[in-house]
Amino acid sequence: MRKELTRQQHLDLYYYMRLNRAVEDTMVKLFRQNKIVGGLYSSLGQEAISVGTAFALEKKDWIAPMIRNIGALLVKGVPPRDIFTQHMAKYTSPTLGKDGTSHFGDLEKLHIVSPISMLGDLIPVMTGVAMAGRYLGQKIVAMTWIGDGGSSTGVFHEGLNFAATQKAPFVLILENNGWAYSTPVRRQVPLENLADRAKAYGITSYIVDGNDVADVYSTAKEAVDRARAGEGPILIEAKTFRRMGHAQHDPAEYVPKEMREYWEKRDPILLHKKFLTDKKLLDAKTKKEIEGKIEALLSKDRDFAEDSPMPPPELAEQGVYCTGDDCHKIRAKWERPIAEVTPPKSIIDASWVVEGFGRGKSSGGAQAPIHFGDTAQSEERKEVEEKLAPAGPVEIVTEKVGAAKSAKNAASNGRKAEKARADKDFPRGSGQADATNRNGVAKVVAKSVKAAAKAPAKSLARKGRR
Amino acid sequence: MANTSKAPANGGGNRGGKGNGGPVTFLEAIKQAMFEEMQRDPAVVVIGEDVGVYGGAFKTSEGLLEKFGWERVIDTPISESAIIGAACGMSYLGLRPICEMQFIDFIVCAFNQLTNFVAKGHYLWNAPAPIVVRGPSGGGVHGGPFHSANPEMYFVHTPGLKVIYPSTPYDAKGLLKAAVRDNNPVLFFEHKYLYRRIKEELPSEDYTVPIGKAAVRREGKHLTILSYAAMMHNSLEAAEALAKEGIEIEVIDLRTLLPLDEETILKSVKKTNRVLVVHEDTKTGGIAGEIAAILCEKAFGDLDGPVFRVTALDTPVPYSPPLEEHFLPNTQKIVAAAKELARY
Repeated sequence: MRKELTRQQHLDLYYYMRLNRAVEDTMVKLFRQNKIVGGLYSSLGQEAISVGTAFALEKKDWIAPMIRNIGALLVKGVPPRDIFTQHMAKYTSPTLGKDGTSHFGDLEKLHIVSPISMLGDLIPVMTGVAMAGRYLGQKIVAMTWIGDGGSSTGVFHEGLNFAATQKAPFVLILENNGWAYSTPVRRQVPLENLADRAKAYGITSYIVDGNDVADVYSTAKEAVDRARAGEGPILIEAKTFRRMGHAQHDPAEYVPKEMREYWEKRDPILLHKKFLTDKKLLDAKTKKEIEGKIEALLSKDRDFAEDSPMPPPELAEQGVYCTGDDCHKIRAKWERPIAEVTPPKSIIDASWVVEGFGRGKSSGGAQAPIHFGDTAQSEERKEVEEKLAPAGPVEIVTEKVGAAKSAKNAASNGRKAEKARADKDFPRGSGQADATNRNGVAKVVAKSVKAAAKAPAKSLARKGRR
Repeated sequence: MANTSKAPANGGGNRGGKGNGGPVTFLEAIKQAMFEEMQRDPAVVVIGEDVGVYGGAFKTSEGLLEKFGWERVIDTPISESAIIGAACGMSYLGLRPICEMQFIDFIVCAFNQLTNFVAKGHYLWNAPAPIVVRGPSGGGVHGGPFHSANPEMYFVHTPGLKVIYPSTPYDAKGLLKAAVRDNNPVLFFEHKYLYRRIKEELPSEDYTVPIGKAAVRREGKHLTILSYAAMMHNSLEAAEALAKEGIEIEVIDLRTLLPLDEETILKSVKKTNRVLVVHEDTKTGGIAGEIAAILCEKAFGDLDGPVFRVTALDTPVPYSPPLEEHFLPNTQKIVAAAKELARY
């Protein structure tokens, strides 16, 4: 896939990774000079992920970076001075000193959502961004990142599951750097590949070498294109390693020496540089130009940050609430006809059609939807069910399922047009739960048939929350 | 609390002409507000559990799906954090989502999303999040400990949020519309005891009720009762009863708890010199304590006696009717407290 990239793109990836590292090197110096107010988090060795993934996005797309995604911010167009002033809590920072690190955003121009320290919260938020973009006809993709650690939060599940049910144009980059602070990934997640989490949501996933920037980029590009085309959310697991501690204060003595050595040899910038040199894409002159450009930019921006004032104390009192139009003019940018989402065009028949669940309100009698039996199934799934097919009295149940299925098929022709429309309007679930328990399957089938015989639509639509 | 067939006097603003449809319930008023806001602005969407085909657990969103379609009436999985989070993300692109919590008790499942993400955005990075989170709250209907909550004070303690708790159909509609149009995240509590028990004639034309303004429901000179939501009606009943004994009570409906209308409160205290705060929320950490502190700071000289409170007990909401009735404040408890306070 590498041949898809032009020389300029290869050089751009190299430039941004070098810039990412140089920005962080500068901040380490500032930290040692006590010029950074709070903590300092490093993405040393993970630059290929931030840079390669963000590079796959278009200008109109939205990102929400995590703490180790300075590279994504730089690719999106954030100047290094914003990153310096943020860390130094200066009045000139994007948050005027109200928050630090990469906790800042830009709704208007760069389309960046600020992260918070609670991990996973960005996943439903970016799902909402993706849904709103689709609703407004903007054809955008939303992207955010999560670590191996953050993938165990409840909101990761809520967010990704919701994104999947909505088929939101959303790409989630799971940076598996092996460590959540001091806890190795094996003690957090009993999976070899965290990409396997995607199976639980019925979404597509990829695994990439997170230290190979061209691989990261081309995979991300494919994922972004697919998400934009309406294929639903996509998860990319990028395997990498966190070379520094959790933050500057942490010497990370819990990391085995051999592991660190292995990954130091696989430094993403060195790997890419070697690739470029081997392919004769990067000569000494170009390399010198890139380094010179970075040095000039950073020295200017660092001076700016150091010379910037601290915020006036009274600022602490201001800005809790938006005071209205004088403060923010909130206007949705419509790129589709508003008439499509307002009556009379928006008027619909308010009943769902979901594969395997039939048609909501008007189902009844022989057309009753059955949970198992008439759902389109994978071959694998059919095999499992056949194996589990119970003997004895429950066989009658299986027959009933079959009968209901054929009745439904017979009636389905007349509903095809409706169904097609509803499928378009309403993202369908895959309707495939894993059948792992013999009794469980038999029970559910029996129950569904019973329910279908009585009041099918109601009994299935009700949730029974109380 | 007796069924209130006649709505109390509206305290705020010109009501304009009456509608032709006759008096409507509290629930219908909320439905009308959502319908009219969605009609007015295509950026308004509704998101929550069972809000679409089913029309909401209490049928507050009934008919919205038919009219506005799947893209604007979004049924979600049982994922409160995802509902609030997604609504927040939508608002960043200029949408104005109305989130429904099936019961407001479940709002705490999204506590982090609300208090850390949504509430802090404008202060920290200049990102307004115009979302509304609404849902049925309150007890008195034997819903038990997880379907009767009054969780308003968790959020009154959160700068960046606005918290509304109306008591009449007129206010419910006008305040919900104001909440949708507000650029800040607004929590909107709907006391489910009031849903079908009170009716009021509403204006046929568009109107809003300002957020952050209390309403004087009844004028009086001997003492002031500050209350909101269902307890506002009990307070009015108590005031009626005590009027017969010569005690003239001023009843103020707070309507918005954050920001609190200090001006109206202080003005009334200047006149009556005695304050009783009544709320259905539990006592410790309830708004009554905050109001007492404000009065100590700003109106100490105007007070002739201590600030009294009539509130629920400091326990979870119990299920069995005799237990719940004992737990909740009621008109008798308000009358007793008011009588004692009037002696100062």
